[in-house]
Amino acid sequence: MPDADGPVLSVSGLRKVFGTQVAVDDMSFDLAPGRSLAIVGESGSGKTTVARMVVGLERPTAGTIVACGRDRSRPARNAGERTRRGREVQIVFQDPYSSLDPRQSGAAAVDEVLRVHHDHDAATRRRIVGELADLVGLDSRQMSALPRALSGGQRQRVAIARALATEPKVLILDESVAALDVSIQAQVLNVLADIRDERGISYVLISHDLAVVRQLTEDVLVMQRGVVVERGRTTDVLDEPQHPYTQRLRASVPGPGWKPTRTLRRPA
Amino acid sequence: MSVPVQAGVAAEVLDPVAEVEAAAVRGGLRRVRLGVLGWVSLVVVALAAVLAVVGPLVRPFDPNLSDLSFAYVGPYGSHLLGFDGQGRDLFSRLLVGARTTFLGAAFVAIVAVAVGSGLAVTAAWFGGRFDRVVSAGLDVVFAFPGILLAVVAAAVFGAGLLSAGLALAVAYSPYVARVLRSAALKERAMAYVAALEVQGFGAWRLCLRHLLPNISGLVVAQGTILFGFAMVDLAAISFLGLGVQSPQADWGVMVSEGKTGLLQGYPMESLTAVLCIVVVVSAVSFLGDRLESAGKQAHR
Amino acid sequence: MSALLEVRDLTVRLRVGGSDREVITGTTLEIAEGEAMGLVGESGSGKSMTAKAIARLLPAGAGVEGSVHFAGTDVLALSGADLRRHRAKVAVVFQDPRAHINPVRRIEDFMTESLRTLEDVPRAQARTRAADALEEVGIDDPARRLRQFPHELSGGMLQRVMIATALLSRPLLLLADECTTALDVTTQAEVMAILDDLRRDRGLSMLFITHDLELAGAVCDRTSVMYAGQVVETSAADRLHADPLHPYSAALVQARPDVTSTAERLVAIPGRPVSAFEAPSGCRFAPRCPHALDSCRSTEQVLTGLDAGRVRCERAATLRGRLLDPTESPTESEETADA
Ligand SMILES: Nc1ncnc2c1ncn2[C@@H]1O[C@H](COP(=O)(O)OP(=O)(O)OP(=O)(O)O)[C@@H](O)[C@H]1O
Ligand SMILES: Nc1ncnc2c1ncn2[C@@H]1O[C@H](COP(=O)(O)OP(=O)(O)O)[C@@H](O)[C@H]1O
Ligand code: SF4
Ligand SMILES: [Mg+2]
Ligand SMILES: [Mg+2]
Repeated sequence: MPDADGPVLSVSGLRKVFGTQVAVDDMSFDLAPGRSLAIVGESGSGKTTVARMVVGLERPTAGTIVACGRDRSRPARNAGERTRRGREVQIVFQDPYSSLDPRQSGAAAVDEVLRVHHDHDAATRRRIVGELADLVGLDSRQMSALPRALSGGQRQRVAIARALATEPKVLILDESVAALDVSIQAQVLNVLADIRDERGISYVLISHDLAVVRQLTEDVLVMQRGVVVERGRTTDVLDEPQHPYTQRLRASVPGPGWKPTRTLRRPA
Repeated sequence: MSVPVQAGVAAEVLDPVAEVEAAAVRGGLRRVRLGVLGWVSLVVVALAAVLAVVGPLVRPFDPNLSDLSFAYVGPYGSHLLGFDGQGRDLFSRLLVGARTTFLGAAFVAIVAVAVGSGLAVTAAWFGGRFDRVVSAGLDVVFAFPGILLAVVAAAVFGAGLLSAGLALAVAYSPYVARVLRSAALKERAMAYVAALEVQGFGAWRLCLRHLLPNISGLVVAQGTILFGFAMVDLAAISFLGLGVQSPQADWGVMVSEGKTGLLQGYPMESLTAVLCIVVVVSAVSFLGDRLESAGKQAHR
Repeated sequence: MSALLEVRDLTVRLRVGGSDREVITGTTLEIAEGEAMGLVGESGSGKSMTAKAIARLLPAGAGVEGSVHFAGTDVLALSGADLRRHRAKVAVVFQDPRAHINPVRRIEDFMTESLRTLEDVPRAQARTRAADALEEVGIDDPARRLRQFPHELSGGMLQRVMIATALLSRPLLLLADECTTALDVTTQAEVMAILDDLRRDRGLSMLFITHDLELAGAVCDRTSVMYAGQVVETSAADRLHADPLHPYSAALVQARPDVTSTAERLVAIPGRPVSAFEAPSGCRFAPRCPHALDSCRSTEQVLTGLDAGRVRCERAATLRGRLLDPTESPTESEETADA
């Protein structure tokens, strides 16, 4: 790896235009190894679009994305480059129900990823599958079950295990815990914290849920209409939001003594 | 919108209702409800298929041995259905004809499904301009009736099962492609496909190992439906004299050859052949419909 | 306090593939005029089924025991015109507005349909009432919105249309089933504020269903917590957070991360939430409860009064005040072991 202390993911001047609509404009950030960055903002503010560009599912209109010292702003030119990018940045999506191939058990899914990336023999692959299952807290019965026999939280863990199979340096979590029940969400958040401690991976957490953001990340970007309007340490931004939009976002979170207020429009 | 899933879907999965729904949504053919008619159809089709395989082996008489002194003689001794206009054993001809008829229809269905699903999956995979071009091309082919295409093919390449079958397959493939394209597009949009793309999986692996197997329910359903269509259309083409050539036994040819007898008051040959076609085609179509609605449900 | 709605020992069974399946068991709750009651629980706990039973919207073939009284009438006995009148007085707003609106019809047609067919209100008058209702929920230029189609409106706006529509029949009780779950936090705050205003201006009662304990705490007077088809606790909403009576309520409070402070580690509840029909006998929460004793597993728990609230836990009085104390937490092991 080029520079061990440099950012593991670096984005600058990123822009994406769909037709006439600017979904993301002039977005820049650096992510250091082992650190976690949250991206928050209202629906349609461009968070998912940033994630999709970083993992190569969407092509940036302008700007550069560098992961592990290598540029990935353009589509991969060959299979080798494609799989190498797969070993650098991975993503877990929101919906646990569509994130897994319905015909593949968790173990088979992880095994296939390992076969695509490495030349391990069957025994080695089995060992890695077992280690990953332990890491995300699934037993072997759950790993060998088809997705439809698993709960949402279990599926999401399979998706996390699959994403971690090639030991990526960055894991993007796009609302990955939003669809989970409160009690399951806590389990998955703890699992994510353990994984970071164990593997030194970096997270990019995209979330509407400021409490989850506080729990899992050190830094935060606040987006509104495609633009970053505020950035800083998560604790600082949540405790003392500066930008009016961040303030409104923070004020919208229910808690003790909270009273909802009409801010957007009032009846004439 | 980013939070369309109800918070806390966790418990719902292990609940059998949700599980059935989830399986219906995601699964292929595993949960087709056949019903009584469906089972009857399945048995009919299975029997007919067995006939097609073993028919030529167990036929009591040589289907091409003609003895004009027996022309149009009715059931007689071990000749269960009697004789045709050329004094050949009708039952043996039906048995032997089953294989030709089945092979012809299967050939058409398989080629049409292969071409159609290939086009559907590539169009869905690449999307954009490629998809538009493919769709427009399909619309053009769609406009040609299969029989017309077969007549043209016979004129150009000569009459025979191969050219008739290929022409029909070409004419059918747009049906398949249309149905499968929308299913493939939905599958393409599933998060797991994106996740595997991010893993660096190539288009081949993704399409063949993931996308296609997940729409296999619909693929099989389309094949079944087309098999029924093909049987009727091939019979019609043979009837016109452009398909299977006499003296080869084939149900369509038999309907055609039987028409002379029909006019002279000896309907046995046409009638038995038509009956075979109607029974098998009805059963196949019924099954196909069931499979298709199951498959469609899977792709709501 | 006279109760507008009184639900007593409500049990609902649904027919699933030839067998009966219990989805709520002995639910008891009452809502006073102008009161907002929160109904909180994880998925499958029976929140929506409770709302559907109250609005008489259960699927065909559902078996219902117990009683539901609304404004003095026996809801479960209603039929025909009386049932329609009941449904007009009890409005329901669901989680996903797009699933409950016909995409090819204009907002106006959707909003005025029941006014015009059930109450014979003339078109022009129905339109005016619809426009007023839209204004009340904070939608600008209602005349233009009425002419638009659902896809031209954002999710938050569409949810406000649903609320406005629900209000047109001048209901006394609003059943809001996860009506803000699909919305942005800022839009959620907006919708909540609108519901709050309506409640005050019209004296509307509300059953507010959510999985978000904090939200319920902030906008409701009292909150009921459901687990596996049963109400396990009913308490004053603002107290539920600081002084939960039931171990499950306490576990929910602790499992949620807090926006004002970072926990070293979340206190996750082991296992997964279950539905009524898969729940064990005895205390349904016992397999996940850190305070479970053998007697909990062998005895059906009953809802009993404790202070101003009600709780379904035989150890509630003993555990009172200790449930949130971290030093009391017996274990935080196995939190990753999904049962
Ligand atoms: N493929 C696309 N074609 C056209 N517009 C798109 C496409 N993908 C996203 N957009 C638009 O870009 C903007 C940003 O979308 P994005 O999905 O990134 O938002 P988001 O912040 O993730 O929102 P949410 O919180 O709802 O997930 C939106 O206005 C969206 O409608
Ligand atoms: N139409 C239905 N048929 C059978 N079971 C159902 C149906 N709808 C819901 N259920 C089941 O009833 C239980 C309670 O569901 P519900 O009231 O929707 O839960 P909640 O709203 O608390 O998430 C769950 O187990 C759910 O799967
Ligand atoms: S009855 Fe026992 S097991 Fe049930 S909640 Fe109370 S303490 Fe826990
Ligand atoms: Mg998004
Ligand atoms: Mg519900």
